[in-house]
Amino acid sequence: MALAPAITDLERLKGHPALARLLAWNASAVTGAKFDRDEMTIYIDRANLREACALLRDDAECAFNFLSDVTCVDWYPAEPRFEVVYHLLSIPNKERLRLKVRLDSASPAVESLTSLWPGANYFEREVFDLFGIRFTGHPYLRRLLMPEDWEGHPLRKDYPVEGYR
Amino acid sequence: MILNMGPQHPSTHGVLRVLLEIDGETIVRIMPDIGFLHTGIEKTCEAKFYQQVVPLTDRIDYLCPMTNNLAYVLAVEKLLGLEIPPKAQWMRVLMNELTRINSHLVWLGTHAMDIGALTVFLYCFREREEVLKMFEMISGQRMMTSYFRIGGLALEPPLGFFERVREFAGRFPDKVDEYENLLTGNPIWMMRTKGVAQLSAEDAIALGASGPTLRGSGVDIDLRRDMPYSGYENFKFKVPVAQECDVFARYMCRVRELRESNEIVKQALDGMPEGPIKADAPGIVLPDREKMKTQMEALIYHFKIITEGFAVPAGEVYQAVESPRGEMGYYIVSDGTAKPYRVHMRAACLANLQTLPKMCEGKLIADVVAAIGSIDIVLGEIDR
Repeated sequence: MALAPAITDLERLKGHPALARLLAWNASAVTGAKFDRDEMTIYIDRANLREACALLRDDAECAFNFLSDVTCVDWYPAEPRFEVVYHLLSIPNKERLRLKVRLDSASPAVESLTSLWPGANYFEREVFDLFGIRFTGHPYLRRLLMPEDWEGHPLRKDYPVEGYR
Repeated sequence: MILNMGPQHPSTHGVLRVLLEIDGETIVRIMPDIGFLHTGIEKTCEAKFYQQVVPLTDRIDYLCPMTNNLAYVLAVEKLLGLEIPPKAQWMRVLMNELTRINSHLVWLGTHAMDIGALTVFLYCFREREEVLKMFEMISGQRMMTSYFRIGGLALEPPLGFFERVREFAGRFPDKVDEYENLLTGNPIWMMRTKGVAQLSAEDAIALGASGPTLRGSGVDIDLRRDMPYSGYENFKFKVPVAQECDVFARYMCRVRELRESNEIVKQALDGMPEGPIKADAPGIVLPDREKMKTQMEALIYHFKIITEGFAVPAGEVYQAVESPRGEMGYYIVSDGTAKPYRVHMRAACLANLQTLPKMCEGKLIADVVAAIGSIDIVLGEIDR
């Protein structure tokens, strides 16, 4: 079964309700979009992430009220190095959406979403622990899975699979 | 006073450490501390071929191993664009529901045991033993079955398997009646669970809770019915939802799910189609052993798949399934090679654990045990 090719042209994707709402609010916040394998991905500029998420959550038509997941992908050695990925689910509409924020390796930091969804707490702590991304405004940004005195961020691509010990 | 509960504790269901700041019997603050079972599975996946990751996924949520297999395998099949034959899909649903029954039996036995009802534990494990024997029949393994493969199933179900499952499914509703007789109307059970560990619907959604933890608070969402996968749209089943938002509500949701899963098992047995169990994709799915021993092309495919893996087109996919604990999602990023670039497991219990402070602060210590049991946590999933 052949896969349909990915659509990355903003013009063709404008009709998608979440993208249309975001473009209507602030077109410069959206740095790209992709529709691939029946999944919609929107790239958001890191300064506007929290407001974009608040907009998507509170909008009556989109209603993305459930934050499924916060995770990160490390594209070392390419720049921008990190991509923080947010998966949203709309419980009323049964729709999913993926938001991505690109961060460079110099000072990877993005605003925390715990003010919108308290459930982002542990997910962001895990991303901080394993990738080193700082979430500004997080109530308790400490290591979650690794011991507190661990050095290094294990899921980064320059950290060996066998570890250092 | 700060009291430490765990990580080695009979009621925390795994290596969960909970720090309780208490004032007499009342909890002022509760803080879970996790990471004792962290084995770096997500990092390990990046060093393995796609087909080698399947046994790793069993061990993540070790009480529902086939559900993990299913989520991972569906995600890779979505990346590849593979079409799965109907028999493989129905077998996957059948095994998934048996796994759900298995997982709920462990939950019920251990949750009741924590609260003090020791008999239920042995009754539940008596049924679980039957199901584990069926798993051994079909895959050779009792728990970590790795029965699903990318493209279908690993092996044909053996002769006598379906009769055994049918016989089990015929007896099972009476057993669930036995458990309910012991617990549901029991005054001690009701006093320990009704009104305990309340979690409102808004809090549950904001905290990312899913599965029976969310449905026990009145939110009607079940990924099997609302965003179906692997042929679930062909099955008729009810999704139990309760409104009271307490431990008893979540208990009733899961006990009803036991009955509904049994119904799905019966429907799967009745409607099981004939046909191949693997997709028609020679470069991805291993050939039958007989063909591999007699045909040159099959031998070459077999060799190449095992030693080099198969390249998956670049892209990313998020596939979520309804595990017994909630929304279990696999986010896989492929860079076009035979090894995944990033595999992330969205653990249902990690989000469900965040509801613990909301449920327990201001309440009694004894209620913490009931609350942890009602969330049904599995540390393998939380820590990975």
